Amino acid sequence: MTVDPTIPRVSSMLLLDADGKRIAVKYFTPEWSTVPAQSAFEKSVFAKTSRTTAARGEVDITLFDEVVVVFKFVGDLMFYIVGTQEENELILSQVLTGFVESISLLLRGAVEKKTVLENLDLVLLAMDEIIDGGLLLETDATTIASRVTMRGAEENIPIAEQTLSQAYANVKEQIARSLLK
Amino acid sequence: MASTAQDPSAPLLRGDKKEEDRDEETEFSPFFGIEKGLVLQEARIFNSPQIDARKCQQVITKLLYLLCQGETFSKKEASEVFFSVTKLFQNKDSNLRRMVYLVIKDVCPSADEVIIITSSLMKDMNSKTDLYRANAIRVLCSILDSQLLGQIERYLKQGIVDKSPVVSSAVLVSAVHLLEGNSEIVKRWTNEIQEAQHNVHSMVQFHAVALLHALRANDRLAVSKLVSDLIKSSVRSPLAQCLLVRYVAQVIAESTAAPTGETRPFYDFLESCLRHKAEMVIFEAARAICNMRNVTLRELLPAVTVLQLFLSSSKPVLRFAAVRNINKVAQTNPGAVVNCNLDMEALISDSNRSIATLAITTLLKTSTESSVERLLKQMTSFMSDIPDEFKIVVVEAIRTLCLKFPQKYRALMNFLSNVLREDGGFDFKKAIVDSVLILIREIPEAKEPGLAHLCEFIEDCEFTYLSTQILHLLGLEGPKTKEPAKYIRYIYNRIILENATVRAAAVSSLAKYGALVPELRPRISILLQRALHDNDDEVRDRATLYLRELGGLNGSTPSQSDYIDLNWTLPNKNLETCLRQYLENGATQPFDLAIVPAAAAEKPRAETGKSKGASALANGPAPAAVKQEAEVTNHAAQLQAMPQFAMYGDLFKTCAAQQLTEEETEYSVLCIKHIFDGHVVFQFDCTNTVPEQVLEDVNVIVDLAEAEEFEEETLIPLPRMAYGAVGQCWAAFSKPAGALTTGRFVNTMRSRVKEIDPSTGEEEEEGYEDDYQLEDVEVAAADYIKAEAVSNFRNAWEAADAESEMTDDYGLGVKDSLQDAVEAVTAILGLKPCEGSDAVPPNARSHTVLLSGLLPGNVQVLVRMMFGIDMSRNVAMKLVVRSDGPETSEAIHQIIQNA
Repeated sequence: MTVDPTIPRVSSMLLLDADGKRIAVKYFTPEWSTVPAQSAFEKSVFAKTSRTTAARGEVDITLFDEVVVVFKFVGDLMFYIVGTQEENELILSQVLTGFVESISLLLRGAVEKKTVLENLDLVLLAMDEIIDGGLLLETDATTIASRVTMRGAEENIPIAEQTLSQAYANVKEQIARSLLK
Repeated sequence: MASTAQDPSAPLLRGDKKEEDRDEETEFSPFFGIEKGLVLQEARIFNSPQIDARKCQQVITKLLYLLCQGETFSKKEASEVFFSVTKLFQNKDSNLRRMVYLVIKDVCPSADEVIIITSSLMKDMNSKTDLYRANAIRVLCSILDSQLLGQIERYLKQGIVDKSPVVSSAVLVSAVHLLEGNSEIVKRWTNEIQEAQHNVHSMVQFHAVALLHALRANDRLAVSKLVSDLIKSSVRSPLAQCLLVRYVAQVIAESTAAPTGETRPFYDFLESCLRHKAEMVIFEAARAICNMRNVTLRELLPAVTVLQLFLSSSKPVLRFAAVRNINKVAQTNPGAVVNCNLDMEALISDSNRSIATLAITTLLKTSTESSVERLLKQMTSFMSDIPDEFKIVVVEAIRTLCLKFPQKYRALMNFLSNVLREDGGFDFKKAIVDSVLILIREIPEAKEPGLAHLCEFIEDCEFTYLSTQILHLLGLEGPKTKEPAKYIRYIYNRIILENATVRAAAVSSLAKYGALVPELRPRISILLQRALHDNDDEVRDRATLYLRELGGLNGSTPSQSDYIDLNWTLPNKNLETCLRQYLENGATQPFDLAIVPAAAAEKPRAETGKSKGASALANGPAPAAVKQEAEVTNHAAQLQAMPQFAMYGDLFKTCAAQQLTEEETEYSVLCIKHIFDGHVVFQFDCTNTVPEQVLEDVNVIVDLAEAEEFEEETLIPLPRMAYGAVGQCWAAFSKPAGALTTGRFVNTMRSRVKEIDPSTGEEEEEGYEDDYQLEDVEVAAADYIKAEAVSNFRNAWEAADAESEMTDDYGLGVKDSLQDAVEAVTAILGLKPCEGSDAVPPNARSHTVLLSGLLPGNVQVLVRMMFGIDMSRNVAMKLVVRSDGPETSEAIHQIIQNA
């Protein structure tokens, strides 16, 4: 039984640096199963998008070689979500927003190559929490970020059981604590 | 929080800190200088009794970094890493545990190793901590086999209705992956999934809806029930709503088209989704409406209206999505999107060039004859600031437009020539030149202005390939124009100013004017004489050759222009072999060109094939089809080079080549069938693949025992079949004119084989007779059918004689899908599908295909095929044929019956 084609899917998610070099990538379709194929693909994606004249910091989009690429540049980083031509562009864009914002939350706004590399574990975990084997797992940045940091794991109070104000207090406390470090 | 993993100031690799300091300017990566061997060694700390959670986390990150950079671990390395990682399950640090989950998925243990961690993961699956439960489920589901799945099924089932969204999402998404191999088990969870569908968390709802549909995807009734249920119960998650829209679209596509005037089922629902608050859902619904089959203008209107609103959105993604969809609608329903033209004209200057290009090409599709000029004016500024690949798309759109409005060729041609003058890469210029060439061929009035533009272009063209191509065309077309003289200056300028390759091409081109236009001959001769002093051999040689040929022409009548062999058809390879032999034999007599085998005039033919292909490309068939078409034209051209077959009348059809030998045997023989009204000609393309022998007097002997209605007319042998060269021999048969005579032909290749002594390269004198059995060739009724589309099938059908109609039902047995059945039958009949009816909508249970074609004598055949598929995938077909008479229709049925 093949998996239902109506389920939205992501073909790959990429995080490249300002020179197009890979920082963290995930591929979910067999067409890019080899490293040379992947790196060729990343090269062409980078070449097609890096010259874009659109205002930086805005989610942009392009179409080539049968794939739709939504992307956003933040500082010296380039975030990409790649889907098939048939995919709803706005869904891909929502995934990308979740990706970028969760990283921003996790790195406390310092979205740049240096901090990303220093906290690569967080970035990889975030990617794992957003897409599971090509399927959308979660797109809400706050939820992603709290899952990555295993928030609530120690206290043994599941997030679902916290009231809204509790959760808010908890988040505030976390941020305050991290700022004091 | 125990972990300091988020501390941005702590570098991950203390050892690299020094490196970093040394080389801070260029490389600040904490992974600078990382090495696999070292990291693997570091991984041993996983085994130490005192686990340093922070340190372990860093090492895991390094391992993942290596994997991410494309490093691969050998099986031994991977299993070592895996074993030591499993030790970390004893640690209580939650962040470390999270990393362990991640690395296990990436290292992917082999089946016999999975068992090591299952107990740890199962323990986590029952942990009190939601995040442990969720992650353990995801990891376990990604590595388990179906046996293990049975063991943990209970927990998964519970997990679906867990109150924590992270756990239920984890189970639901994993279940979608599990469907591939274990759908039976997942089906048993339906009750729980249905409960999750009403979960307050929108992601859980989305996952549950997706899984519910995936479980029922093959059952139409269940899907439409699911759709009705979902529509009634309000779906809150926008993503789930998008899914619902997709399912509705599917149900609509599968339902039989309602009679006109009646609204489609569920159309109201789609329309209501256009007013949803999430843009994602609005767009999904608009897209679904636009993609409906036979969508009416009235149905399209609300969808186009919301798309039009998106066009002026501030978000590029929205604009892109909208314009891409409008572009698609414009292909089928240009009228529906005319209202958006104003908004799209604004998008021409969009900073996202993908959007701008889509807008332009859409406008080119919807533009009316009167608006073409205005549009072109706007585009001129646009063209200068987009990358080449977009320019190519635009040029192709212009070409299509020009073929659509031939009267506007002047404006469009001017536009092309203007962009031709702009800067651009080779591919871009080539696209323009190709377009101009196609326009010159398709629109006779455009020829002269087109040639003039090309002349101007080569004045300042930096691409040798394009210059030579244009010069060649000028040589072919220029002499036939009213004023051939005006091109001479452009061509001669090339001889003065260009590189050797272009100069040579210009000399050849000039010579053609001399040969075809007697008045110009003296002037051409003078110009050619100047090229005699060129410093390039090739140019000088060509000039000498042509001067001599032109001189010869002066004596004879001008009509004998074939004296000068302007279309050099002898294959270079054949000429080369002959010349070598000539030199080896001592070169006592003058070399006679006539001994060079003229067969396989591949080179120039290939070129006609190519431009044919290019024009076909403008209409957009698949490249494979283009290649095949080019091959077929190529073969047809070879046939026409044979004067023996001229009396058979016009060639009706050339079939695709058929291989008569196994691959990698000593000879390779292809058979190409050419069909005439009263004759069938077989062309055998023979290749000798053995260097040590040469074949002479190659004949293909055809036995007609199983093809009684055919009579052999001529056999044309191939005099010599040298190593590596392709040569043809021919066999022609007569048959009753107009009849669809069929038969099986048994072929033997008879030849005289001469061994070549490998040390001296000499052939043996005598040689011996050899017979080589080839595979049989069959002439089937389908070979007589030429695929030819009719523009309006219904009209043609009504016009055809109803008396000739023949109907029959056929069972086609079990097929994978209707599309397979349609393709198979269409291929057998060899007819052309009309009105795109060969594309079966996905999951359709029944479908009608319209086919048309011609039989020898240009008899039109129209076929209507109704297909149906039942639950057990049995396909039945009803075939209705109309043609010029019942006999012909019967013959079409025969094709299917014999297949």
